[in-house]
Amino acid sequence: MKSAVLVFPGSNCDTDCVRAVEQVIEGDVDRVWHKDEDLSAYDFIVVPGGFSYGDYLRSGAIARFSPIVKSLEEAAAAGKTILGICNGFQILLEAGLLPGAMRVNQSLKFVCKPCKLRVEDGSTRFTTGYEKGEIIDIPVAHQEGNYYCDEAELRRLEDNGQVVFRYVDNPNGSVADIAGIRNKAGNVLGMMPHPERAVRDALGSSDGVRLFESVARYALDVQKEFA
Amino acid sequence: MFLATVTVTIKENVLDPQGQAVEGALHSLGFEEASNVRIGKYMELTIDSGDREEAHRKVVEMCEKLLSNPVIEDYQFELTAVQKGVAL
Amino acid sequence: MSAVDEKFREPTPDEIAEHKVYAEMGVSDGEYDLICDFMGRRPNYVEIGVFSVMWSEHCSYKNSRPILAKFPIDGPRVLVGPGEGAGVVDIGDGQAVVFKIESHNHPSAIEPFQGAATGVGGILRDIFSMGARPIGLLNSLRFGPIHRPEDRHNRYLFERVVEGIAGYGNCIGVPTVGGEIVFDESYNGNPLVNVMCVGLIDHDDIQKGVADGVGNPVFYVGPATGRDGIHGATFASEELTEESEAKRPAVQVGDPFKEKLVMEACLELIESGIVVGIQDMGAAGLTCSSAEMASKAGNGMELHLDRVPQRAAGMTPYEMMLSESQERMLFVVKPEHAEQAQAIFEKWDLPCVDVGSVTDDGRLRLMHHGEEVGDLPVRAIVDECPIYERAIEEPAYFREVQAADALSDPELKGEEALTGALETLLSAPTIASKRWVFEQFDYMVRTNTIQAPGGDAAVIAVTDSDKALAMTVDGNSRHVYLDPYEGGKAAVAEAARNLVCTGAEPLAVTDNLNYGNPEKPEVYWQLHRSATGMAEACEVLSTPVIGGNVSLYNEHTEGAIYPTPVIGMVGLIEHQKEMTRSGFVEAGDQVILVGETKPELGGSSLRAEVFGKRDGAPPKVDLEVESKMQQALLAAIRKGLVQSAHDCSDGGLAVAIAESAIAGGQGATLSATTELRGDHFLFSESASRVVISAKEEQVEELLAIFEDAGVMTQVLGAVGGDKLEMKVNGAAALNSQIEVLKDRWEGAIPSIMSRDH
Repeated sequence: MKSAVLVFPGSNCDTDCVRAVEQVIEGDVDRVWHKDEDLSAYDFIVVPGGFSYGDYLRSGAIARFSPIVKSLEEAAAAGKTILGICNGFQILLEAGLLPGAMRVNQSLKFVCKPCKLRVEDGSTRFTTGYEKGEIIDIPVAHQEGNYYCDEAELRRLEDNGQVVFRYVDNPNGSVADIAGIRNKAGNVLGMMPHPERAVRDALGSSDGVRLFESVARYALDVQKEFA
Repeated sequence: MFLATVTVTIKENVLDPQGQAVEGALHSLGFEEASNVRIGKYMELTIDSGDREEAHRKVVEMCEKLLSNPVIEDYQFELTAVQKGVAL
Repeated sequence: MSAVDEKFREPTPDEIAEHKVYAEMGVSDGEYDLICDFMGRRPNYVEIGVFSVMWSEHCSYKNSRPILAKFPIDGPRVLVGPGEGAGVVDIGDGQAVVFKIESHNHPSAIEPFQGAATGVGGILRDIFSMGARPIGLLNSLRFGPIHRPEDRHNRYLFERVVEGIAGYGNCIGVPTVGGEIVFDESYNGNPLVNVMCVGLIDHDDIQKGVADGVGNPVFYVGPATGRDGIHGATFASEELTEESEAKRPAVQVGDPFKEKLVMEACLELIESGIVVGIQDMGAAGLTCSSAEMASKAGNGMELHLDRVPQRAAGMTPYEMMLSESQERMLFVVKPEHAEQAQAIFEKWDLPCVDVGSVTDDGRLRLMHHGEEVGDLPVRAIVDECPIYERAIEEPAYFREVQAADALSDPELKGEEALTGALETLLSAPTIASKRWVFEQFDYMVRTNTIQAPGGDAAVIAVTDSDKALAMTVDGNSRHVYLDPYEGGKAAVAEAARNLVCTGAEPLAVTDNLNYGNPEKPEVYWQLHRSATGMAEACEVLSTPVIGGNVSLYNEHTEGAIYPTPVIGMVGLIEHQKEMTRSGFVEAGDQVILVGETKPELGGSSLRAEVFGKRDGAPPKVDLEVESKMQQALLAAIRKGLVQSAHDCSDGGLAVAIAESAIAGGQGATLSATTELRGDHFLFSESASRVVISAKEEQVEELLAIFEDAGVMTQVLGAVGGDKLEMKVNGAAALNSQIEVLKDRWEGAIPSIMSRDH
């Protein structure tokens, strides 16, 4: 399968995402510059973390207007697998590919630490490697990860089972302890924690590996189906 | 030309952690009379247009598209006619 | 900008001489006369401005050069020593590590967030302008006390400095992996912010800041120049006074987003192989970078200042030459590569402008709208600043504090008193856990951090290799104050010991010398004595000094700060599996104290925190013993005989054991024998000691290694349980739940910092 990691000015987890994808998923992975306009060749697109455009104005607000985002929207509509991590999640929110918005952390401070997440759904294309209810270790590193949506939206998310990960011990004050959500169709996942930072025991956890494995497994299943 | 002064604030019903912290600090400094502190952003932009209505329309568009996030933020702005080069 | 600025008329050369305008820029009468000699005439305003910043202590090291000459700078692994943006040390396989430390003390005192942030920005540029990819940041911070209600300002400085470092490092995506923080009265009103950056480079990519090739174009890269930070270098070379507040404009504002783009673009440029020379515009901005690049090549340079991108209208040549606007670089390429270079910066949306060319006449010629506005001899600005061998005088306090009997405090007897003292020390902000700080730093980005902050040293894996780099910053300024010579030795020894505790072989040193006003003979004595000690330690431990920084004039209303040399050190771990941590690992492992404990309580944390005394002779370091101990420990670690290793420093053996227990989440039952008084044994800060743990079946082999090296050891007992229990000479001494110790240690700073919120 072919994977892409988008690079915006100020992205700083792009290299880490490329390494994680290379480690876990067979096939090519390309870095795609934000001024490019074509993502049609890719099965899996990662919008990495960082501080796109310095996070000036609001996290993700300016990146959302980069040329590549139009093609990202098309890929989302076409059912391609899209993973937004941290700043990537913020960009997906600003682009309207996922509902809600981010506020500054309750503590007002940047927080970087290992974090326990509960897997709320083990059946998405991102989480088949996990058991529902399983507690996994994936670190967070952000200042604006305090997820917000209004009550009606929250009810929709819960009713549709769109909450994929929840914090066991909420580090930022997010609504309903939300750490990661998917879109209704299930092909777009946004999460504040960094699975690409949990891919080797030496880093403190390798629980993130199974997320990338799940994505690869899904691609393989789709391929088989077509064959 | 118009000078637009835009204020973006967190919506009334959305928790504003910065506002909360500042309110707490004000209280600890003895300013008990302060409440409902909201932290926002202030922006100034010069709009190259001779027509107030057109300028107004443009600024609304800017606010809704980029300058604010309607999910959590409200915006307000004022337009002042200015001469070229005198603004700022 | 303001009406006042617009009305300002630059003084003429004669007015500069008559009204001694140069004195306001920090140039002495003698220096002014010398400048006139070099110029062959009286300098104009921009010319005297250029001389004043280049001849400031910050750029010329005119007061510290005789001191720096003491340091060993050569070693078999040293590829680039002092003089370039940063030193470079070989780590094998065609790779090298690049590192440097720098201070941003005065700017941080005035505006802590931006001062600290731009300090990070500056040190990053030093590293990537060498061609290296920055892989880790560290910081060494000093503040006045924060624990009392009235310490509000110190808490503010602490909080904002930490946020400033976080704001810059997190955004640019270089992990902040380590550091140290000390809180002491001595830093009231004059906090210290030292930041260190470590980078990785292939030998072939090493760059130098040279303007070679007459006729080559000189390019300016980065955001436009504004009026910020004019005279920053001079500012850093003066005492902080009440008027400093009025100098607020001297503080620059950082833009980490821009720097990220400049960094990626510059690394791309360097990788393309077309760079002749490149240097960052740090202190003294365009002046320093252009003059130094020309000087190193033995050339001259012509600059067309009207071509410099400008943020404000009507900027004068003086302002452009002296601006310290951030995130800017200067580089030279051959004419045929100009287009290729510009295309790289265009991709990153960065201004890249041809601002001049390399000349052969050794002059720095400044043009503005076709008119020559300055003409200076490059060699004189860069290399001819007079060097001052300042007067030295042993300060009166030295004999007094040395004479104090550090063993005279009433004995802490029994479990309750000793455990109480341990808890007091664990919750002292200087010793307490710095988790509140490092969780604000992104220490994981780049996914190579294999030993996170909180241990003896941070360890970063080398991508696609089995190697790893350990890094630390250290310095116990109370010990340096009490005996600069011994304290200087101890700082180097402790840094090396910290690295060895992680399984690394120490490679080299970058040092930051933070002292008071060198024109005071007592301060110069401190500088001289401590540098002598550091130099000796670097020699014996084979860790040459490959670069560093000097920050003098750190004074406040109550006098000079403690003399504060900060040692940044990097070590190499050949195989990642050899990396050791400080926490106890497994129940049943044997705990061993390595090294000899002497009755050395002078300047100890126990005396400071429990008895409120800061005197006595600090511990002495026998460098031969230190070296033997470190080599034996490293050999044992490499043989896989060591489960955990932790340096004994602040708070002595008791604190070291408690920290190993907390870090490992396991208690221990221990029993020691000693000829010392029990409290002296537990809290002495004797050097060259570590607490290690080992599997029971490997203890014999382990002890033999130390015995062969002539290093004392004492087996204290076993890891296990949820309590730390220790007897000394058969009497109960320490007894506490690990959870309780952890609460004291982890809770201290968060509880202090929640006070104002």
